[in-house]
Amino acid sequence: MSVIWTMVAKRLGLGILTLFVISLIIFGATELLPGDLAKSILGQSATPETVAAFRKELGLDLPAHTRYLNWLFGALQGDFGTSLANKRPIADLISSRLGNTLFLALYAAAISVPLSLALGVLAALYRNSIFDRAANALALTSISFPEFFVAYILIFVLAQSGLFPSMAQVDARTGFGEMLYKTFLPALTLTLVVTAHMMRMTRAAIINLLASPYIEMARLKGMKPMRVILKHALPNALAPIITVVALNLAYLITGVVVVEVVFVYPGLGQLMVDSVAKRDFPVVQAVALIFAAAYVLLNLTADVLSTLSNPRLVHRK
Amino acid sequence: MTKTEKPVLLTIRGLRIEGRSDETWSEIVKGVDITLHKGEVLGLIGESGAGKSTIGLAAMGFARDGCRISGGTIDFDGVDLRTASEAERRELRGQRIAYVAQSAAASFNPAHKLIDQYSEAPVQHGVMSKAEAERDAVELYRRMRLPNPDEIGFRYPHQVSGGQLQRAMTAMAMSCRPDLIIFDEPTTALDVTTQIEVLSAIRDIVAQFDTAAIYITHDLAVVAQMADKIKVLLKGDEVEEADTRSMLSNPREDYTKSLWAVRTYARPVQPPVTGGTPVVSVKAVTAGYGAVDILKNINFDVYKRRTVAVVGESGSGKSTAARVITGLLPPRQGQVLFDGKPLPADYRSRSRDQLRQAQMIYQMADTALNPKLRLRELIGRPAQMYLGLQGKALTERIRDLLHLIELEPDKYIDRLPSELSGGQKQRIGIARALAAEPKFIICDEVTSALDQLVAEGILKLLDRLQSEFDLAYMFITHDLATVKSIADEVVVMKDGRVVEQGPKPEMFQPPHDPYTELLLSSVPEMDPDWLTRLLDERRRKANG
Amino acid sequence: MAALINIFWIAVAIALALAAGWLFRAVAIALTRGSVARMLRTAPVTAGFGMLVILIYVLVAIFAPVIAPFAEREVVGAQFLPWDSTYHLGTDNLGRDMLTRLVYAARNTVGIAFATTALAFIAGSILGLLAATVGGWLDQVLSRIVDILMAIPALVFALLLLTIFGTSVLKMVLVIATIDATRVFRLARSVAQDIVVMDYIEAARLRGEGLWRLITREILPNAMAPLVAEFGLRFCFVFLMISALSFLGLGIQPPTADWGSMVRENASLITFGDITPLLPAGAIALLTVAVNFVVDWMLHRASGLKE
Repeated sequence: MSVIWTMVAKRLGLGILTLFVISLIIFGATELLPGDLAKSILGQSATPETVAAFRKELGLDLPAHTRYLNWLFGALQGDFGTSLANKRPIADLISSRLGNTLFLALYAAAISVPLSLALGVLAALYRNSIFDRAANALALTSISFPEFFVAYILIFVLAQSGLFPSMAQVDARTGFGEMLYKTFLPALTLTLVVTAHMMRMTRAAIINLLASPYIEMARLKGMKPMRVILKHALPNALAPIITVVALNLAYLITGVVVVEVVFVYPGLGQLMVDSVAKRDFPVVQAVALIFAAAYVLLNLTADVLSTLSNPRLVHRK
Repeated sequence: MTKTEKPVLLTIRGLRIEGRSDETWSEIVKGVDITLHKGEVLGLIGESGAGKSTIGLAAMGFARDGCRISGGTIDFDGVDLRTASEAERRELRGQRIAYVAQSAAASFNPAHKLIDQYSEAPVQHGVMSKAEAERDAVELYRRMRLPNPDEIGFRYPHQVSGGQLQRAMTAMAMSCRPDLIIFDEPTTALDVTTQIEVLSAIRDIVAQFDTAAIYITHDLAVVAQMADKIKVLLKGDEVEEADTRSMLSNPREDYTKSLWAVRTYARPVQPPVTGGTPVVSVKAVTAGYGAVDILKNINFDVYKRRTVAVVGESGSGKSTAARVITGLLPPRQGQVLFDGKPLPADYRSRSRDQLRQAQMIYQMADTALNPKLRLRELIGRPAQMYLGLQGKALTERIRDLLHLIELEPDKYIDRLPSELSGGQKQRIGIARALAAEPKFIICDEVTSALDQLVAEGILKLLDRLQSEFDLAYMFITHDLATVKSIADEVVVMKDGRVVEQGPKPEMFQPPHDPYTELLLSSVPEMDPDWLTRLLDERRRKANG
Repeated sequence: MAALINIFWIAVAIALALAAGWLFRAVAIALTRGSVARMLRTAPVTAGFGMLVILIYVLVAIFAPVIAPFAEREVVGAQFLPWDSTYHLGTDNLGRDMLTRLVYAARNTVGIAFATTALAFIAGSILGLLAATVGGWLDQVLSRIVDILMAIPALVFALLLLTIFGTSVLKMVLVIATIDATRVFRLARSVAQDIVVMDYIEAARLRGEGLWRLITREILPNAMAPLVAEFGLRFCFVFLMISALSFLGLGIQPPTADWGSMVRENASLITFGDITPLLPAGAIALLTVAVNFVVDWMLHRASGLKE
């Protein structure tokens, strides 16, 4: 047993190291800019005095490693500095929006994960049937759609008639039930986009195993098709399925960017897009760091879970 | 009551099975009849493509994906498996007809414990409760002579060795006490010394429960030990059927006779080498990966026009020895001499001429030939690289080489490997080695993936080429029959050490090293009483 | 009732699409021979449809000036004019002809996406093949760099880099190509790793073949099938990413005609029940669907041939 925990500990260590390097990249990327950052943001017309003042404000007069350490330790305590655009503390900008974004992502995940696993298992069970072919073509189609296309179609079909609001305007006072109603269309958009991918991968992971001798053995023992899939194929397909679920959850977190813009939903994604347009780089850095951290953590969880799902690793010789 | 007087259990009449390739169906089993009585064991033998596994599965009313049963009747104890519903067939499978697959390691589900897989069929078919099934499992593990029968079931498949898994699988097949078991090459993947234990355990348990069986194998000597009667198949057709003893002593058909005859080929005994420098000399080599030594102080020489067979079971280190000689694995200690001069340990430091002099032929021609290159380039490349041949001269050389390996140049020169048979691919491997005009060739299990008749042809070809071009061979094999037919000298390896070495005639005469003795005595013989006699003998020795 | 009619029209559209796919495949088989025709015979109707659509897009992109009724950036009328006989699809938020913009965007959006994919593909596959073949520290260094870059979500990384470098088409192409090259590297490396363990590669190494020949003659021909399929997948990914960035106003900049920005510029019409803004979005979707259908068939073939 201890071997497996050493492996898990190693993965965790690697995850933390990855996060550290990512923070370096996110911070260091600004250093890549040719010329002076302050000048490039203020434009050619700025006077040397304004540039100097702006440099001081950005802390550019300090050496890079000092600035990085200040930034990192600040971020660890929830202090991301102040926005260039409106001079407000970034932490204030982020806090409520982070909750909104997580809410939307979890909402979509709660629908799409069970749905896609069930559809994937069914498609594998009835493989090459009309149901499977139709589900496959439909999935392929919906994977190919840009998110904003799906979003506008939903608005066109469901919001036109006034069934659901086309704008997900929520604030801190919005109740849970109302949140669910108002964010239904964005959540449905995300669900449609990720379900197809997860379903296809679940189906493929199971079908890959159906040619294995141990599946043939189960069938030759007279087991029913459903039992063959659930008891014999699924436990061995867990690792790829977990990976693909994590990948899609991670995608949900970043996929919200476009969806939030379409539905004017006050989340992190919208904040990021606005800040990119304004070149408000401290905000972009902060949001990028949060997205990247969520992404790394999800992948790490998937990695650990799929290690734990492998009997060869859990029960050593 | 003899077995043929017992009631009939399985009657197959005019069985036809089709297989699909490239969207078209072609017949792979062409009208086979089988009659099996209760408690009777039928051996199905034939080379690859004979359709034996397909027929075995059809006896369970089962066809693999891409196959379909297209004609005939399969009557199992009054039920026609072709017309029965899928539910009826499921009811029979696992309960009254069971299956033992070739590779137990692949056929056990890696996610579940052995005992859970044992109890699945009895519990799901409603024969026993889970607790009863687990008690029964321990009992059958004991009867299959598995070590620690009380405990072994609680392990996962990857925690158990191949020979033990194969016995656990036979026990699992027995769990519902079926009337019929299909054994599909159950010992083919095992080493000979392990094979004996599995064969004897299978034979005993089938006799104890009076179970009928269809025993599928390509190994005549094995089927001779197991079956009451033998049916010979060729390309989906029946050649002949007879009871085991008369089939062995008096085969009627030419094809059967040719199968029986391949084991008799042996090259003429060569006079012993006196003096001279060996072409290749392995001196005190110790090598391995990481911290583990796979080879421990190995010494042997290979002389011009001589074949040294390196024999051992899996894990003995024989293939590692080849990797040291080719320079893929530099040794920790010792060295390899070529014509008396030391070879650089790493192939990357060897000169082009040193690389040219030592060539290799691989076990699996499928992976040894680049599937995207035509024979012209596969064979021509070494000639072009080492000998600088170009244009017309190169084409002439390629044609010569194709002649040498008995393939018609005009027909084959522009083919891809996928357009060749297994034996032809192996011949291309030989031609590629010859194209470099080497002095020394390593043959790594070159015949073990081939049918016996095809393998025979390859061995004869290698023999002829050796005398024609004064080649020295190092022949890696696990098969003592191959050693008998081709070796001049034998090196027996076990756990990375050489346990015995010397000229072939000496090696097959006692006294032996105990391991060589075990290895030699474990090779099945065509005598139906061989296994019984051998087990008696070993029991006598063990008792004193 | 309205929903039923919609479903009916969708069914008709699907049936027509499948019929067109079938017809296209039949014509293609008739016009080709030998191994190409044999290959086409294994194509499902969906793949036939996909190939037909891709062909149409390519033709539209090449002959854009011939097909389009007006010039790309020409203001021809009032804003948001409805569909009529002069402006077949109406006009956009600045009074430019919608159909003209749609046609020119085929050239711009698809062209830029294709160039980006090609760039990513060349860099990623060369490095991936090299890493797998050479192994050792080169493989270690490249793989660790790629691991780290892939640990940052693609869209977020692109947004970060665009903030720093500013938005322009060239910068966007470079940024996306870099991000995408890491994905191609991963695939090329893992495909090549399955190949380099083969005995024929060992044989080639022992023969003393150089690195160049090892990669081009021994490895690449065997890696082609998955790499080609991957090219299709990567193209879809890049195409969607560029469209998303343009939709967000951070990609291809006006006045260049581009499907993503067209959706953004005209989105307000949707709430008035006008489907015109869905057309450019649909144009994106249709091409990705088509490419995916073809890729799906190729992947199926590649896996089927292995058996």
